[in-house]
Amino acid sequence: MMKRVTPRTLRSSACLALLAVVVLAGCKHPGQSTTALKPTATGAAIVETSGGHQLGSTGTELKDPLIVQVNDEQGTAVAGALVEFQSPAGVTFEPATMLTDASGQATTAVTLGSIAGRYQLAASTAGKSKPVALDIVETALGYQQRVGSILADKYCTRCHDPESSAERVSNYDNLETKPHPFTDSNTLNKMTDADLTAIIQYGGPALHRSALMPPYGKTLTLAEVRALIAYTRALADPPYQPAGTVYAHK
Amino acid sequence: MQFIRKYLSSAWHTLFGDPVRAFGIVSLVLLLALAVTPTKEHFSEWHGYQRNYLSLIRDRGDAVSMRRRFEPGIHQIWMPALGVVDRCTTCHVGLNEASLADEHQQPFRKHPAIPHPVEGFGCVICHGGQGAATTVSEAHFSERDGEAPILPTRYIEAGCGQCHQNEMAGTPQLNLGRTMLTRYGCVRCHSITRPDGSKLMPTDHPPSLIHIADKTSREWIYSWLKDPQAYAATTTMPNYKLSDQDASDISAYLVSSSKPQPGDTAAVDVKTASAGKAGNPAAKPAANPADGASLYGQSYCSSCHAVQNAAGNVVGGNVGPELTRIGNKVKPEWLNAWLNNPRIYDVTTPMPHYRFTPQQIATLSDYLHSKSDADYGANVQLAAATPQQIARGRRLIIDGGCAACHEINGVQTPQNFAPDLSNIGSKPLAQIAFLPGMQHTVSTYIVSKIRQPRAFGGAVKMPQFALSNAQTDALTTALLAQTARSRTIPDTLRVAATADTNYQPAGHAGKLMTELACFSCHRINGRGGDMAPDLTYEGSSVQRQWLTDFLKNPNTLRPSLIRRMPRFNLSDSDNKELTDYMLAVYQTPTVDPDTAPSATNPAQVVEQGRQLFYSKFACQSCHIVDTKTDKGYIGPTLTHVGSRLTPAWTYAWLKDPQALRPGTTEPNQKMSDDDARAVTAFLMSLKGTAGIGAKQ
Ligand code: HEC
Repeated sequence: MMKRVTPRTLRSSACLALLAVVVLAGCKHPGQSTTALKPTATGAAIVETSGGHQLGSTGTELKDPLIVQVNDEQGTAVAGALVEFQSPAGVTFEPATMLTDASGQATTAVTLGSIAGRYQLAASTAGKSKPVALDIVETALGYQQRVGSILADKYCTRCHDPESSAERVSNYDNLETKPHPFTDSNTLNKMTDADLTAIIQYGGPALHRSALMPPYGKTLTLAEVRALIAYTRALADPPYQPAGTVYAHK
Repeated sequence: MQFIRKYLSSAWHTLFGDPVRAFGIVSLVLLLALAVTPTKEHFSEWHGYQRNYLSLIRDRGDAVSMRRRFEPGIHQIWMPALGVVDRCTTCHVGLNEASLADEHQQPFRKHPAIPHPVEGFGCVICHGGQGAATTVSEAHFSERDGEAPILPTRYIEAGCGQCHQNEMAGTPQLNLGRTMLTRYGCVRCHSITRPDGSKLMPTDHPPSLIHIADKTSREWIYSWLKDPQAYAATTTMPNYKLSDQDASDISAYLVSSSKPQPGDTAAVDVKTASAGKAGNPAAKPAANPADGASLYGQSYCSSCHAVQNAAGNVVGGNVGPELTRIGNKVKPEWLNAWLNNPRIYDVTTPMPHYRFTPQQIATLSDYLHSKSDADYGANVQLAAATPQQIARGRRLIIDGGCAACHEINGVQTPQNFAPDLSNIGSKPLAQIAFLPGMQHTVSTYIVSKIRQPRAFGGAVKMPQFALSNAQTDALTTALLAQTARSRTIPDTLRVAATADTNYQPAGHAGKLMTELACFSCHRINGRGGDMAPDLTYEGSSVQRQWLTDFLKNPNTLRPSLIRRMPRFNLSDSDNKELTDYMLAVYQTPTVDPDTAPSATNPAQVVEQGRQLFYSKFACQSCHIVDTKTDKGYIGPTLTHVGSRLTPAWTYAWLKDPQALRPGTTEPNQKMSDDDARAVTAFLMSLKGTAGIGAKQ
């Protein structure tokens, strides 16, 4: 979604180039010292260890670092391989280039771009014959979506998220009719904004579903309900496409 | 010379010899001169953007209506009261175009949804930069004459914080930063004034050091000063990067100036019905170390104190100090006295007076002493302090500003020890001493100052804090919100900070509540913590017998809670005193016992309520009424609710939970009066006796 290039954007490429400069000028650019790094080994594969699929606020550093591992053909970790992180404009890595440590891992802090949406990042290493790369997805939440995420944590995830955390015991298993996690875009992408507003405001029965889904219309304001919807939409993978496209291109 | 003159005169003749021709030429020159401005405008940067915008929207489905809304030329949002003259919308033309939400580059992307319209506030109030400028570089990056570049998105919540002094749901970073300014002691050295003139007040509780020698050894103080985080990873005490000599001298002064704790702690009366006079609390050694762990658990010490577990994670609350290596620190006699009654050592401590029995004190004390690390401070050996060392230690304490946080004998609390930060967010760049290679923005300056204060020169006194990047960003955001502009914004736009009241309950009950440190966890009338429920209306809410029993032996209401109410060994008379006080004083007029449903109801009303509970309102999704069938785990268990809550409260709660406890997650189900009465009748029938009201 972030990287779609249409003829329209190509036409205004001059202006975009200028903008890229504008965006980049605001960010510190690590990784200039690439030349100083001398790889002592090459791997055959690069895999994600942790730190992918995180949600963060636009323009801020993700909570957990992104960790990737370089392995050889046998799947054994390779130390001293050069790993390079790449991203669309606006995302920065600290550092952007590095050698894998003794356990074959490269760790970088990711700062998201200032525009909300899904960011496709890549980590690559030289490889034996040709470079190998790994795609990583991170999502930046705008103001409204982040408000939604805070509300969801407070009101909704204890039922909707089957996973328990140290601070929050999930109620999912206790429900006779199972709700869907907000990441379940198969279900949520089929529902229109009006459907979602209805079920959140008036509860399950509004859509002839279970009353175990409580009504929040008197507890949350309409703006808060909209924020919740914006948040669930931001989580959708594949992305939510509203029906009746207003933005159709010729 | 001759030639030039001849040439000029012939040229003159050619151009102006004939009056008609002269008129034509002059007109042409005039026309060209007039064309300069429009041409310049045509080739100006913003005009280019507007042309790009038009070609961007040309192919869109809603191009016609978008073009109709587009106005060519320079746009301006002018709001004299706010000091806003913003021309940003000249290039950012599509900020309000819903269909441009899918645009992935500025300047044409729709502005994300925020509570404030662009037309009402302009742009620079939140984003900074130069609103009146019409070129990209001037608007975004100008540094001329004290102008500052726009705020990086990373700290954008600072924009909100200029007007909003309160905590908002949508600004977690700003909220965290502001909490940290008061919790990490920043405001003990730096003064920070809000636009309304009020000051940020510290919320941390740095210990007084006037009896320090009773509590710990000089060797421990030395190790602690050298590296506080090595003792407790989570401590907020910063590292002053002291030399061995400095740490040795400071510890020498602290120990030599320490005065013995007043009173004979061993003789303190332990107010428990069972134990009577305490005698020497440490007299009976604990029988079984496992007892210590279970007493620690039952007393819910971990609600406030963290401990590092075997996996290396620090688990527990942060109201009190981390206890991972407490055995390395405190002297046994001190610990006994502290557990016996912490208020003797420190009258303002957030720690409750548990009223442990001597046996319990011995058990807990042994358990805590077992939490030690043989390697910690193992090779610290300090020779006896010389008078010179002690004198030098005092000097270092004064120079380092230690007394800004800690009470220290013989050293006065310094005033305005560090620079005032009230306007740091708009500090003119010319006044900042940037380090070589540093980006010239206030945000970079603040971040570097927090991360590596000593990089700005050896004479800098600011210590090194152990902070994560997220914490540093949060602090930076909170500081960037402290701008000169925030002081000129009209009062009507300002949202004041919500300060704690200084509510203090009266009489013996008030004294008990102070001793039990109720306010460390509970909030009452606008004062206190948020770990446990607000008790302002507790008297309207619960029944007498239940409250008495609960204070005696608090069993948890919510199975999913990790932090729970500890058990205090209250005497029966103290228990009655507290119960009476809470029932009489913590009442709300909106819960009217006279119009409420009664506690006992005809069977068919109860049955009707039961059905509503299970079908229409599906309360079992969060609550348990019948432990055999219900599993809801979010709200409190309701198996005994008929003996806990008053019918009046239950009814009012069902009608509108948020009216009684703002922010509660219980959804308002819009119950009709009749439904609420029936559900109340059902709930009141649940007295904990098996079977009654349960689902078949
Ligand atoms: C008490 C548990 C509970 C809570 C709390 C809860 N839900 Fe639900 N929710 C459910 C259940 C159960 C369903 C499934 C209903 C059905 O399919 O019949 C559901 C369904 C939904 C659906 C329809 C899609 C789906 O998952 O089937 C949406 C959207 C939804 N909930 C949103 C929310 C939001 C937003 C909140 C927070 C404001 C929330 N829910 C809080 C239990 C809960």
